[in-house]
Amino acid sequence: MLEIRNLYKNFGPLVAVDDVSFTVARGEVLGFLGPNGAGKSTTMKMITGFLAPTSGTALVCDADIREQPLAAKRQFGYLPEGAPAYPDMAVADFLRFIAHIRGFRGKEAAARIDHIVELVHLNEVYEQRIDTLSKGFRRRVGVAQALIHDPPVVILDEPTDGLDPNQKYEMRGILAEMAPEKAIIISTHLLEEVEAVCSRAIIIAGGRILADGTPTELTARSRFHNAVRLDIDPANEARIRADLAVLPDIAAIDTIEEGRVLLIVPRDGRPLASDIAELAEGRDWRIGGFTVERGRLDDVFRAITAPKPQLADS
Amino acid sequence: MIHNTLVICRRELGGYFATPLAYVFIVIFLVFAGVLTFFVGNFFERGQADLQSFFTFHPWLYLVLVPAVSMRLWSEERKSGTIELFMTLPIRLSEAVLGKFLAAWIFVGIALALTFPFWLTVLFLGDPDNGVILASYVGSWLMAGAILAIGAAISAATKNQIIAFVLTASLVFVLIAAGTPTVLGLFTGWAPEGLIRAIAAASLFGHFTAITRGVLDLRDAYYFVSIMVAFLAANAVLIDLTKAD
Repeated sequence: MLEIRNLYKNFGPLVAVDDVSFTVARGEVLGFLGPNGAGKSTTMKMITGFLAPTSGTALVCDADIREQPLAAKRQFGYLPEGAPAYPDMAVADFLRFIAHIRGFRGKEAAARIDHIVELVHLNEVYEQRIDTLSKGFRRRVGVAQALIHDPPVVILDEPTDGLDPNQKYEMRGILAEMAPEKAIIISTHLLEEVEAVCSRAIIIAGGRILADGTPTELTARSRFHNAVRLDIDPANEARIRADLAVLPDIAAIDTIEEGRVLLIVPRDGRPLASDIAELAEGRDWRIGGFTVERGRLDDVFRAITAPKPQLADS
Repeated sequence: MIHNTLVICRRELGGYFATPLAYVFIVIFLVFAGVLTFFVGNFFERGQADLQSFFTFHPWLYLVLVPAVSMRLWSEERKSGTIELFMTLPIRLSEAVLGKFLAAWIFVGIALALTFPFWLTVLFLGDPDNGVILASYVGSWLMAGAILAIGAAISAATKNQIIAFVLTASLVFVLIAAGTPTVLGLFTGWAPEGLIRAIAAASLFGHFTAITRGVLDLRDAYYFVSIMVAFLAANAVLIDLTKAD
């Protein structure tokens, strides 16, 4: 449904997007993850035809954004960064304008507007001017205009930015509900969002794709994947450490929370849980809690995207 | 094509009247027109039942007021970011440019139409040539359109509305002044005849005064329309180049 081919963009000497290619199929929610300045918004601007690529193109439902821009633009809904909307318009008028531009008239336009207002919960601000709305509502108006024509492809630049936890939850619910019918791509810095909503994530930094996989696959790359967390009595720590020495696959044992928790980090994410559980019972460690960590996406993110340390000049 | 252009035009026009600005503009336009006509233009002293004193000042009236309308046409969208929303909708560039221009032109047209009390005045006071007056209104509206097109193109080139205003007003001033007898007089005597004629032909002033004298020469209408077409095309090119900046 959405195919990105070798997108490249430079602004003079600065390369903002460096040969980015990927596809998003129907039913997929792709999380576009990356630090600020990574090229996420620039990529989205090129996909939607706002910014002309230096080379490469995007195909939205087989319509090339460079060759057939109108056909492509009909197939997607886009929420730009910052959720811009005309401040002097009432929500109702704004949505009516978008509905008319999208080709709906009369009763059909009214029905579509009603439906989207219900879906995104804009009823209470329907008559209000957009410049009087809170950030959260403004973003919802932005999402509403992106979805009003029920497009097969949805492109959202930071859809939950500025929303409170309840609103975030609601927005993610809306995305999850429509996901099976559409190809959705959202850009975000929020790792919890990737885990909550996305079926796949791409990590981009410095204009290049550095990782592409399901959230599970990516978290498995974490140093803490399959780490075991034990709640212990600090008095037993030395004894437990001695007992653990027999296991070969331990990379490190960290003591955290003032000695009450031991974090046992495996080598290469190897599973330690059953061995440790056996030891715990057999050697009577008296542990209070036992958790197996799946891994932390933020470690993976940092490991992949953090700038490499520079060698000092001698 | 027409449908989208009209939808965009309607949205834009609604935007004008959503703030007090539109009403303030219209009132100022009417007050200035009145002061210029009745006091500076010696309307009563002239004793003629025509609207020459009224139309004479239109170029100068527009010089100051029309750039105020055109300056926000594109600058506002680029500054607020709504341009990104606007230009990713399934609309053609031509629809976007025409829609916005038409809304501004209609708005100025409304302000111009609201000067009908002047016409009623001469109708009451005497027996004016209504054909000349109608032709003058049309010519005035065309001139406003030309100035708006220039302003729209300049507005597309900069995010700063003040700069847009000043540049537009300056360019329009040059175009008006170039045809006035004062300026043309500077060139007579030493400049070739052809150059003087070219300057006069390029000036807004010459074409407009011809229309107000009741001479509805197609060439004058053609002049204004050409300016509109040229600058709207420039507008489209400029917006395409600068929208993502």
